[in-house]
Amino acid sequence: MPQVTLKVNGKSHTVEVEGRTLLVELLREKLALTGTHVGCDTSQCGACVVHVDGVSVKSCAMLALQADGTDVLTIEGLAAADGTLHPMQEAFRENHALQCGFCTPGMVMSAIDLVTSHPEGLSENDIRHGLEGNLCRCTGYHNIVKAVAAAWPVMHGKEAVAAE
Amino acid sequence: MNAVFEGIGASVRRKEDLRFINGRGNYTDDINRPNQTHAIIKRSDRPHARILSIDTSAAKAAPGVVAVFTHLDLEAEAIGGVPCGWQIHNKDGSPMAEPMHPVLASGKVRHVGDPIAVVIAETRQQAKDAAELLDIAFEDLPGISSVRDAIKPGAPLVHDDAVSNTCFDWHIGDKALVDAAFARATRIVKLDLINNRLVPNAMEPRAAIGDYDPMSQDYTLYTTSQNPHVIRLLMGAFVLHIPEHRLRVVAPDVGGGFGSKIYHYAEEAIVTWSAGKVKRPVKWTCDRSEAFISDAHGRDHDSVAEMALDAEGNFLALRVSTLCNMGAYLSTFAPAVPTYLSATLLAGVYKTPAIYAEVRAVFTNTVPVDAYRGAGRPESTFLLERLMDVIAHDTGMDRIALRRQNFIPADAFPYQTPVALQYDSGDYQTTLTSALKVADWDGFEARRTKAAAQGKLRGIGVSTYVEACGIAPSKLVGQLGARAGLYEVAQVRVHPTGSVTVFTGTHSHGQGHETTFAQLVSDQLGIPFSQIDIVHGDTNKIPFGMGTYGSRSLAVGGSAMVKAMDKIIVKGKKIAAHLMEASVEDIEFAAGKFSVTGTDKSKTIGEIALTAYVPHNYPIEEIEPGLEETAFYDPANFTFPGGCHICEVEIDQDTGVVQVINFTAVDDVGRIINPMIVEGQIQGGVAQGIGQALLECAIYDEQGQLVNGSFMDYQMPRADDLPNMSVGTETTLCTHNPLGVKGCGEVGAIGSPPAVINAVVDALRNYGVRHVDMPASPQKIWAIINANKLPMAAE
Repeated sequence: MPQVTLKVNGKSHTVEVEGRTLLVELLREKLALTGTHVGCDTSQCGACVVHVDGVSVKSCAMLALQADGTDVLTIEGLAAADGTLHPMQEAFRENHALQCGFCTPGMVMSAIDLVTSHPEGLSENDIRHGLEGNLCRCTGYHNIVKAVAAAWPVMHGKEAVAAE
Repeated sequence: MNAVFEGIGASVRRKEDLRFINGRGNYTDDINRPNQTHAIIKRSDRPHARILSIDTSAAKAAPGVVAVFTHLDLEAEAIGGVPCGWQIHNKDGSPMAEPMHPVLASGKVRHVGDPIAVVIAETRQQAKDAAELLDIAFEDLPGISSVRDAIKPGAPLVHDDAVSNTCFDWHIGDKALVDAAFARATRIVKLDLINNRLVPNAMEPRAAIGDYDPMSQDYTLYTTSQNPHVIRLLMGAFVLHIPEHRLRVVAPDVGGGFGSKIYHYAEEAIVTWSAGKVKRPVKWTCDRSEAFISDAHGRDHDSVAEMALDAEGNFLALRVSTLCNMGAYLSTFAPAVPTYLSATLLAGVYKTPAIYAEVRAVFTNTVPVDAYRGAGRPESTFLLERLMDVIAHDTGMDRIALRRQNFIPADAFPYQTPVALQYDSGDYQTTLTSALKVADWDGFEARRTKAAAQGKLRGIGVSTYVEACGIAPSKLVGQLGARAGLYEVAQVRVHPTGSVTVFTGTHSHGQGHETTFAQLVSDQLGIPFSQIDIVHGDTNKIPFGMGTYGSRSLAVGGSAMVKAMDKIIVKGKKIAAHLMEASVEDIEFAAGKFSVTGTDKSKTIGEIALTAYVPHNYPIEEIEPGLEETAFYDPANFTFPGGCHICEVEIDQDTGVVQVINFTAVDDVGRIINPMIVEGQIQGGVAQGIGQALLECAIYDEQGQLVNGSFMDYQMPRADDLPNMSVGTETTLCTHNPLGVKGCGEVGAIGSPPAVINAVVDALRNYGVRHVDMPASPQKIWAIINANKLPMAAE
């Protein structure tokens, strides 16, 4: 079987995979990183979003072999070693942006990329459009949108931009 | 001690969040057992066919395959069918038709997704590959998906040994009284309407792991369930014949349920039984496409409603006739949904003096239909609240005035409806008034005019509703056909050093019980929130409870906790009296302290707990050591949350797209423990209601092939489909449970769909539209606009 070498949450791994193995299967089954979830089979729900080389990716839509040589960040690698939460994690908890928690890892990883890639600011509409690739069945998104808006100034070290 | 208030009424941040935001939740598919195998279920790809033969030889010979099982293997061991938990009786008193629901299809397949065989292999991929090698010969039979087709004479029979596709033909209410009222009515308003079929789609797909220990002969099932004890009872007693002390069911973190994870599913029995056969753990995880054809669907009612009115617009009588789709087999609680969970709510918030409803349930070649968030109550609410607006439309009455005039007044409680239920409390005028104010109803016409200037059709709609939840009194539901009790249980264990573990029979799959229940216990026992843990979801840990559905966890499960804590306090008083050499009657308990009345003598609950476990100086002749109590609570009645939802929409005339601009909910859910969690529950429910009204519908072709069975095709609400929501509450207390709580899990999904459609119809008022069935898709709205082209000057 072919081998793939990649870094996940700062740690290097070399793993044997089948050609058809998906990145999410490698993470969940080979590395026991079960925080990244699978909620569909058509790359629609976004529960499996991780960062590959700093960019959010649906890990069900990428072969493990394609991740060879990359640096992957999953939800498990987000908080600091001492347990200090990432501002987006903190904002999700503070704003009750999760209920059953199943979509949360993908939602948090997508939201971080959304905020990082928009240093100019995010309106409520921008956030709603930006999270279109992540399904949540519990919250109605209301509090997720609030959480992302709350995390933006913290992540950019700025005052909150005026709401739209 | 508590620096911050964390008791009843505080928006405490959730205990469960830390593990979820760090990816450390423990969902069923995250669990891997040593030496486990993987199962793939081979399902029917056709709606209705005779199975002529199943050749498993190639699959069995495929790499990594451990075993392949079909119905023949199950029948050899007299494995039972999947049971139904509710029995309805026909108008003539005879029981409903209850055809066999085999665990693996036997003789025929009856819906796309019907399980035929299980392939077990070393890896999931190997099992998948081998399942492709199963050689199954079918003889296709004509299929039917719609209830109207299924009741036609000569329709193909879903179950060969039945005389028709009718499961039951049931009724409630006084037909003669209703007929008499219709005979003297000044006006009769009639409406045909469909409650669209939905796919629940909790984000976590179902999964199950069966495990068997040949030494102890113990079975363990890890499963995505809302009610592990119910699964243990149904599967152990009726399907696999495993004594309950040999069967442990664990429902760990569960990623949403919305009803779809209440039921006992065939896959749970398949993996448990197979684990015993292959003597290794067997794991199955559902794909999303597989979930679309194997999770129980919701709704699918086709109704005719008629209201008889007098000259002043007072309601005289309501007559309803409903056809409902049961799918191919009876799911666990399916027969209860259109009957005792729906028709009994047809009084709604109105003092309609006479009501008669008949419900005919029908088998079709579709996935079984069962309770989905709201379960029957969204159907009756949609019917009534659409009917209200149609009455207003047909009579020219104001839709708010019509409702107010017919409301059950606040001073009429307890109120006995003509359809069995007795509402204990409510105040519908107040929630309506409050919602109208928040939504700025009076300012709407200005907003409509402004929108028209921009080429948009703006509409506003209201829905005033009541629902029955907190299910339910065992005696009552037993009379209504339930084959189980619906009490709840709590075990409160105060540890020697004063921290507390509570074991509850309810199950949390997003509702935040670990937080809300800890707040409740903290409030009642005066023990810090951080010192209280809630345990649920494992039949080897918790006492026998009925689980979570019907917004029952706090009203029933929380009340059981209060009862158990009351016992703790009674015992604590005896210990305190002994320690402080006082009479038990003189001991008061408040804020975590047992005090002697009129003195400064007191003992903390921690000191009492330590004494109970180190009983050196203890009234041992009178009471036992330890401080742990269990209580079962069986409620006296349902609870009756109610309220008012107002929706404002804009329609793009060119595309027919309906956008929800504002959504206001003012709900009465009784006493609130954690306002943040309650708001979140209502927002989530409203999102599902808006989804039903505008986006979602499971579409079958005539024969029974599901046309939109994936997230590519079935339109789930996304962040940019939904508005910001304004959620408020007005409170009347439940009068019959110790906390005065009602329940908040389903109100959002119950109250909202008619508010949305009423707004859509209002927006289209110049197009001659009286009713629009859900979902109000762009295609449907565009067709209405283009069939009735009007100049914008009409505004």
